[in-house]
Amino acid sequence: MWDYSEKVMDHYRNPRNVGKIDDADAIGNAGSLTCGDQLKIYLKIKDGVVTDAKFQTFGCGSAVASSSILTEMIIGKTVEEVRKITNKDIADELGGLPPEKMHCSVMGYEALEDALKGYVDKDEIDTAYDEINKPKTEEKIICTCFGVTENLIWDAIKQNGLKTVEEVTNYTKAGGACGKCKSAIQDIIDTYYHKEKKDKAEEKSSLSPAQKILKISSIIDNKISPELQKDGGDITLVDIDGNSVFVKLRGRCSGCKNSTLTLKAFVESTLKDAVDKNIEVVEVN
Amino acid sequence: MSDKIIYLDNNATTRVDDKVLESMLPYLKEEYANPSSMYDFAKKSSDAIKEARVKVRDFVNAENEKEIIFTSCGSESANTGIRGVLGMHKDKRHIITTKVEHPCVLNVYKMLEKQGYKVDYIGVNSAGELDLEQLSEAINDDTALVSVMYANNETGVINPIEKISQIIKSKNQNTKFYVDAVQVAGKIPIDVQACGVDMLGISGHKFHAPKGVGVLYVNSKTIITPLIIGGHQERGKRAGTENVPYIVGIGTACERAQEFLRYEATEVKRLRDKLENGILKNIYNARLNTGVANRVPNTSNIGFEYVEGELILLHLSDKGICASSGSACTSGSLEPSHVLRAMNVPFTAIHGSIRFSLSKYTTEKDIDYVNSVMPGIIEKIRNLSPYQDELAELKRRKTL
Repeated sequence: MWDYSEKVMDHYRNPRNVGKIDDADAIGNAGSLTCGDQLKIYLKIKDGVVTDAKFQTFGCGSAVASSSILTEMIIGKTVEEVRKITNKDIADELGGLPPEKMHCSVMGYEALEDALKGYVDKDEIDTAYDEINKPKTEEKIICTCFGVTENLIWDAIKQNGLKTVEEVTNYTKAGGACGKCKSAIQDIIDTYYHKEKKDKAEEKSSLSPAQKILKISSIIDNKISPELQKDGGDITLVDIDGNSVFVKLRGRCSGCKNSTLTLKAFVESTLKDAVDKNIEVVEVN
Repeated sequence: MSDKIIYLDNNATTRVDDKVLESMLPYLKEEYANPSSMYDFAKKSSDAIKEARVKVRDFVNAENEKEIIFTSCGSESANTGIRGVLGMHKDKRHIITTKVEHPCVLNVYKMLEKQGYKVDYIGVNSAGELDLEQLSEAINDDTALVSVMYANNETGVINPIEKISQIIKSKNQNTKFYVDAVQVAGKIPIDVQACGVDMLGISGHKFHAPKGVGVLYVNSKTIITPLIIGGHQERGKRAGTENVPYIVGIGTACERAQEFLRYEATEVKRLRDKLENGILKNIYNARLNTGVANRVPNTSNIGFEYVEGELILLHLSDKGICASSGSACTSGSLEPSHVLRAMNVPFTAIHGSIRFSLSKYTTEKDIDYVNSVMPGIIEKIRNLSPYQDELAELKRRKTL
């Protein structure tokens, strides 16, 4: 059972502004039938003000509630004001949504963005032509299962301060089906928080060669070796040459089929995290 | 929220039968002795377990009560049976199961795959029926285990267990056969000997015993390593002090279920059909997801095209009606049910699929009420849909 707020329940029980505007000035669409939720939003705009809004939604309770409250939020507002509305505003207005349902609010934001992307004021008609004639840049699709673009993921990270792939999935659905794009999502998160990471990396690689050797040796002795010993194995440091760390595996590890995996996944990632991201671990016999 | 509850989600769990509860109470109160103890005081609880074991033996028609192991739930039965039998046949690395198994079985195989087992997942047709030819072809000398559910929890479609057993044994005498029978217990008769199964799991709370007790049947020719290691209980196959009251409860539930099998096959089925026909007749965008497949008498899986399942459930809940959905939105996962996807239910209907599952407690009044409110609920949700043209076309075709 989802923990829906009173407001969410009120809006899916009694959705406001349902339907279609036949002579709409702007129409936005987000989601699809195959993905399990879809929102179409119709806007009537006069003198830069949204005078009417209607919606049609195929989706769950929170999708209907997000659509319904969105129409209430935008009627009477100027286009400029409406452009500033984010998914977070929609979720906040609903008194919050369960984390797994945040993507419903993102769908509202997406549909609104889509509607206003195509909308231009009559006065700006010339600039609009320029805009239309501009060569279109293909949007990069990250999640092919749900057709989620890089831009949408980027916006969701930015607007909601998302830090993990799971959070991105909750907000955008990306990575929620086959999961193949999870590493790509991680890359986007990493890129977004790149600066922070870069600073740290610089700090780490500023070690002198001697300091580096001491640090690697200490991490192997104090961190990696005790972990391997728990499983009846052990590791000995043989040599260090630049970023290549040569190790010997002893005990149960050496005969174990998973030894390469243990090396790659555990030893290397531990050293990469703690010392230098360019470190490579090589097993010697 | 309505005050009255109309419970049509009996494949999820069931109401505890009053007689079951009554039989359990002494063992929750004064008869608290550990059945393994030596004094006279323990005799009653020890005898109660023996009695329950005989009742379960008769319920599944096992040859001997020693073939019955009490567990804590259906998942434990599956885990113990599957992992236990593989533990005894470590040289064999091939397993066959189906794409539509319950997660409690499916996820065991996903894990075993990671441990190096080769697992074949057999598909189903659009009615949910298993591809027996594909199953037959998949069996080879290395096949340690075939695992097939007796009936599917979402669709109620029954697999021909006896026939599958014959196929397995004709291809490889040594291959073991595990049957997840959680969704048939209390709905159709179970006969492990006639069906030729090696292991079979059931769960108490699906047939009016409380949650927290299950059974694993392992025939005398099949040896398993225990999952829970400790004391000598359950002949060393499942350690842990016996859960006496619940074991007594599942024993009574088996007895009661046996008495009600005829009622299930006639009355429950009649009400299920009435519900189903009412919905299909009065709601133009409804379709029966299973078609003509052989099903347990209590289950109906209906897809409502161009509307979404969670929203249907929320509106049903407002009227006090409990059902469940294969929609992505209800599970917290983002994909619709793996069962409906394996059946290739059209994408227009898969997100709007609702499972109704009845029990002996379902009344004619309940069904009449659901049939009276269902068209209004679906109409309300249909009016929200961006697919008005498609819906109009569907209506036009249906009225032709």
